Amino acid sequence: MIPLSHYLVLSGILFALSMIGIFLNRKNIVILLMAIELLLLSANMNFVAFSHYLGNMSGQVFVFFILTVAAAEASIGLAILIIVFRNRQSINVQDLGSLRG
Amino acid sequence: MNFLQFSFYLFSVILIVAASLVVTVRNPVKAVLYLVLVFFSAACIWLTLEAEFLAIVLVLVYVGAVMVLFLFVVMMLDIDVARLREGFTQYLPAGLVIAGVMVAELAVVMLSGRFGLDALPRPVARGVDYSNTRELGLVLYTDYVYAFEMAALILLVAIIAAISLTFRRRGGTKVQVIAEQLRVTKADRLRIVKMSSEITDGEKSQ
Repeated sequence: MIPLSHYLVLSGILFALSMIGIFLNRKNIVILLMAIELLLLSANMNFVAFSHYLGNMSGQVFVFFILTVAAAEASIGLAILIIVFRNRQSINVQDLGSLRG
Repeated sequence: MNFLQFSFYLFSVILIVAASLVVTVRNPVKAVLYLVLVFFSAACIWLTLEAEFLAIVLVLVYVGAVMVLFLFVVMMLDIDVARLREGFTQYLPAGLVIAGVMVAELAVVMLSGRFGLDALPRPVARGVDYSNTRELGLVLYTDYVYAFEMAALILLVAIIAAISLTFRRRGGTKVQVIAEQLRVTKADRLRIVKMSSEITDGEKSQ
């Protein structure tokens, strides 16, 4: 049978891949948002795996809430992306330095 | 190797390959399509964990709504991909090293046997009369009902934020002003002109 550790390692690999994605695509906000979605998916997979192996439904309830918050985050992020593109005709992170942060 | 193990490892390989393509592929539209594949494989893996409701929600809500939203936005924006790829290979070695160290650290902890089959044996598969949706609903609407209402509120805030951010009034559009329409009087619309009567050529000939 499949041990719990294999699910955990799988979600760890997914987490690492999305970290690479954030490193590589520093300039493309769309890919950054996708990498954040992957990060949340890896966290969700941990929750579901522990919920199954420990026999506790609370983990799946948390996944439900994380999905809700992730959907809200994606929609607001894409809305911000659209107005940034409308005002600057670019989604390059380097063009967004006007706040001098 | 039984069917469950075969399907888990097959879906895991597909998920990892698709996830690495999401972050490395050149075209953002293709990246979104690979992301759809990632979420689909994740839903299949959740099915092996008997989380049927969440697997279906992941496909319907995530693949059906959020990913299609991503696809809309990516196709709507006219992105200059070449400029966005600047410095792509510059950070590749550092990223690979950090990610490799992270996976190695996690694997050392997780494969140490504390999460193995001896410590946490896999639960016996449930029968056909077990409903994951019912069990989730029983917890969600009792213990977590307050959090559930907060989640609804978060979605409402997201709707209002997304609309108010992207909504803009264009100049020159024709709109009805109901208040002015109701406030109108006879004097605004009708003008009575006093004049003497005239006979036109057509009336003369009759």
